[in-house]
Amino acid sequence: MDWHIIIAAVIKIVVFVFLVTLPMVAMSVWAERRVSAAIQDRVGPNRVGPFGLLQAVADGIKFLLKEDFTPAHVNKFYFWLAPALTMVPALLTCAVIPFGSRLFDEKMVIADLDVGPLFVFAIASLSVYGIVLAGWSSNSKYSFLGGVRSTSQMISYEISLGLSIVPLIMIYGELNLGRIVQEQALNGWALLPLWGEGLSLKGFILAVPIFISFIIFMTSMFAETNRLPFDLPECETELVAGYHTEYSSMKFALFFLGEYAAMIIGSGLAVTLFLGGWSLPFGWLAPESVDAAVPWWHGLIHIGVYFTKVIALIIFFIVIRWTLPRFRYDQLMRLGWVFFFEIALFNVALTAVILAWPQLWKMMFG
Amino acid sequence: MPTTTREIEVQDSAARAAGLEGYQQTTEDLVGEKLVLNMGPSHPATHGVLRIVLELDGEIITRADPDIGYLHRGDEKIAENMQYNQFIPYTDRLDYLAPLANNVAYALAVEKLMGWELPARGQAIRTICCEMARISAHLLGIGAYAMDVGAMTVFLYTFTQRESIYNLCELLTGARFTTSYTRIGGQIRDLPEGFTDQLLKFCDEFLISLDEVDTLLTRNKIFLGRTRDVGVISKEDAIAWGLSGPNLRGSGVDHDLRKANPYLDYHRYKFDIPVGSVGDCYDRYLVRMEEMRQSVLILRQAVAGLPDGPINVVDAKERLPNKDRVLMSMEELIHHFILVTEGLDAPAGEVYFGAENPKGELGFYIHSKGGGVPYRLKIRAPSFVNLSILPKLLEGCMMSDTVAILGSLDFVMGECDR
Repeated sequence: MDWHIIIAAVIKIVVFVFLVTLPMVAMSVWAERRVSAAIQDRVGPNRVGPFGLLQAVADGIKFLLKEDFTPAHVNKFYFWLAPALTMVPALLTCAVIPFGSRLFDEKMVIADLDVGPLFVFAIASLSVYGIVLAGWSSNSKYSFLGGVRSTSQMISYEISLGLSIVPLIMIYGELNLGRIVQEQALNGWALLPLWGEGLSLKGFILAVPIFISFIIFMTSMFAETNRLPFDLPECETELVAGYHTEYSSMKFALFFLGEYAAMIIGSGLAVTLFLGGWSLPFGWLAPESVDAAVPWWHGLIHIGVYFTKVIALIIFFIVIRWTLPRFRYDQLMRLGWVFFFEIALFNVALTAVILAWPQLWKMMFG
Repeated sequence: MPTTTREIEVQDSAARAAGLEGYQQTTEDLVGEKLVLNMGPSHPATHGVLRIVLELDGEIITRADPDIGYLHRGDEKIAENMQYNQFIPYTDRLDYLAPLANNVAYALAVEKLMGWELPARGQAIRTICCEMARISAHLLGIGAYAMDVGAMTVFLYTFTQRESIYNLCELLTGARFTTSYTRIGGQIRDLPEGFTDQLLKFCDEFLISLDEVDTLLTRNKIFLGRTRDVGVISKEDAIAWGLSGPNLRGSGVDHDLRKANPYLDYHRYKFDIPVGSVGDCYDRYLVRMEEMRQSVLILRQAVAGLPDGPINVVDAKERLPNKDRVLMSMEELIHHFILVTEGLDAPAGEVYFGAENPKGELGFYIHSKGGGVPYRLKIRAPSFVNLSILPKLLEGCMMSDTVAILGSLDFVMGECDR
């Protein structure tokens, strides 16, 4: 066993997951409150620390100190299991997302898997168990309805989510997220093919299915993270608080933060797949290949670029949430199954035709 | 800024309304297993303390049973035990989103019994009160409605404007919420200095804010999906169930007491009565939005043509004399004493007066046997009547439609339960 790898992995896990992602979860709660306040002509939390930045800490302390109440009518085992099942998958998916190129000759990804997106979907779909179990074990009708809704919602949208990235995988011929980002760094981001090999007719034509994919991916991400306009499982005006109605204290906080963690990971995945991950535009400071040496300050810049993009997407998520009303359950299902599912399928076929166009041409006319 | 009626075109609304006849009989999704869900009395969407027992089949409501009375305070019985003027603070707490309009409606009812008519300035001031109250109540109605279907931001936009109205109320009456502004035969005080300027300033700012709300909701696909063809009340049903106010006009019945039975000085002003075409939640939303614009129109006309002169009925024997005269002159002191201890000397008889309040027709039926205390006072609360159609409306809808329908009916439990 190579101790070097283990120590490096542990350091990366601790730094990336516990020192960066988790605080980011807390900070995105703060950002949500501040941004929503700005949208609504309010001030928002500004008392704790400068600009209210320590609000997240205060909230955390409050959650920890509150009574951890378990109602008598619940199924205790699953009731306690559910919050963990929501939070853990969200954090697990951090493992395969490259958050930088290389730093001190170490790849800035916790697990450099060759099946990155598949791993993310496999793990992310586990989080539905947390919600279902929470809704079911609470033994309350409102929670139950919330749980049932979210199950069908998440399962439905996972399909279009998965289908939406198939065109990308076809284009890159690659399932390793690190190499996908490297490709984008050199030859144009998926959504912005303006340099390298992307600057060609084929690149521009391929941008069309990629753009469709991006729209489907982002919309499904909203549904997967249970955020407005798809927050049916917990729409507070009908179902009180949906599946976490009966939860309090830190168990509630885990659901609450799990939602934000899912949002951050979703943004991370969108950035990695569509917006060039950690790379700067126009091939600036791009390493020649995945294994090429990168100066340490390039590595730091890449990490900074990655998080800038993620934060920009999170703010996009927040602005959408405070602008739109909420769908109705049947409308949401129709949108998922009739609209996005079919467009995603069509998109896969479209990409295939574009990619195989030279061969098709030869077969038909050559 | 000019205010005009806008036509919001709806394609083939007649055909749509006809096609919606069988809307509530969609039964193909039914599972057969019923779930009874108790919604309320403390539920975020029930706007107070309405309780609805829903019988659900999956997400579809098979039966809805509203249960009211959680805010019953016995206002009608209380009225039998106090003088006419003493009941005014209780009217604040009927539709507590439009206390000014309630004050006016009650005062008008008792004045009808007394056979009084206010001088022109007093009437204009009351009109201003009523329209301010209408804007305030509709703002909350729309805001809460939008919040119920998920658009939280609209709620805060409308509340910012309501704050301005509360500032105006404070200027006018000294209280922000429980105004108790009117007395039988007039008002407690004249418009304060600078009030009209502030009111006009509010009108300008308010229209800008209303346009923002309009942008956020009126053409929003999701909002349309949630509200169009949902909770349809046909013209006939609306009349049969005795609906009034925006809920009645949303169904296409052109009936507004301000036009149908002009009271105060509404006949002096030019304004339009918006009516809906289909009678769904969306139409009720549109009617409220347009009514606010028309209220601004009335407010501006009222301020522009505000007459001078007294604001109260000048009758020293019936109406409380000025305080400075009371302290200085014997006769006024005696009148004051008699009026405060014994109350008005109302004639025996029965009157009913209904005013077009924000929620609908708020009526006061007074049975007097003479003297300063009514023998019986009945309040026709529009919220109570409007809610009566709820079981019919909810049946066959989705669970999520409940909040849209409740929001669009725009009721207040304080008035419903009395």
